[in-house]
Amino acid sequence: MTLATYDHLDGNAAAGELSSIFAIDVTAAEGQCANCGATKRFAEAHLYMHGPGVVARCAVCEHVLLRLVNARHRVFLDVRGLTYLSLDTAQVQV
Amino acid sequence: MWRVGTVVALRDETATARTITLEVPDWPGHAAGQHVDLQLTAPDGYSAVRSYSIASAPNSQKRIELTVERLPNGEVSPYLTQEVAVGDHLELRGPIGGWFVWRAQQTEPIQLIAGGSGIVPLMAMIRSRASAGSSAPFRLLYSVREPEAVFYRDELEVLAHHDDSVSIDYAYTRASPRNWPRPPARIDAALIASATWPSNLFPTFYICGPTSFVETAAGLLSANGNSPDKIKTERFGPTGERK
Repeated sequence: MTLATYDHLDGNAAAGELSSIFAIDVTAAEGQCANCGATKRFAEAHLYMHGPGVVARCAVCEHVLLRLVNARHRVFLDVRGLTYLSLDTAQVQV
Repeated sequence: MWRVGTVVALRDETATARTITLEVPDWPGHAAGQHVDLQLTAPDGYSAVRSYSIASAPNSQKRIELTVERLPNGEVSPYLTQEVAVGDHLELRGPIGGWFVWRAQQTEPIQLIAGGSGIVPLMAMIRSRASAGSSAPFRLLYSVREPEAVFYRDELEVLAHHDDSVSIDYAYTRASPRNWPRPPARIDAALIASATWPSNLFPTFYICGPTSFVETAAGLLSANGNSPDKIKTERFGPTGERK
């Protein structure tokens, strides 16, 4: 795929939807890409929202980090592209 | 969790952008830079969710301001900028996002870089700085199509003349005022060099705008020796509506 196209947003744009699943804000969370090992904030991930769900890709290697599909009364979350996600429990939400 | 806000005021910023003031009784407060998701539901049950940045500074009132730019083929923004009326109820989720935020405890130099309506969350930071009595040096580079497209023009004008530690540079992409030194153009290395804090001051950057704008600005800043850790970005979609 070409990486020069700018049809992505970033992790900030998925934060609202993810807030319905996670108690802690994910944009400031650090995640490691399972493909290239880059560790970045989730806000920095490239986000694709054209399909029926949301796909977050690594900003370094474009490997899929997370997929989220919202179907009536059920949310499907695939995070196999992330080795880990490190969330700040001391973070003040406001 | 969805909350209900009541529209209490409407103000036109430009010919195509409007600021909506919402009163949200259970609003928990917010930080400058955060956004909300608005959900509009049609009578037939079809609903659409869009993200909008909060323009107002954190305050103790249960009020927030959103500035919405009307997009020609938008599904939600034409309604928000043309049809919504004082007294209407809007469903919202938020405040959202803990990364693209500026907090009053930050004392380092701040460089804000806005592309078009990307000014909105950065304006919340500028307003927050003022309301918190912060003396952090702020600098804004505002890239905008033409002078008529500038949001918050009068407020920025006052700031630029009365507050020595907020400096503002405009860059026009399509039409500039008469005798403007720089011909209309997109941001480039020369502009970044002349209108942003140098890397040796270790500023924190907040860049908000369309994806191509953000990528260009962030790339130029990295090339100038700024650490990627100090560059925070938020991208608007190709349509400007983030979702």
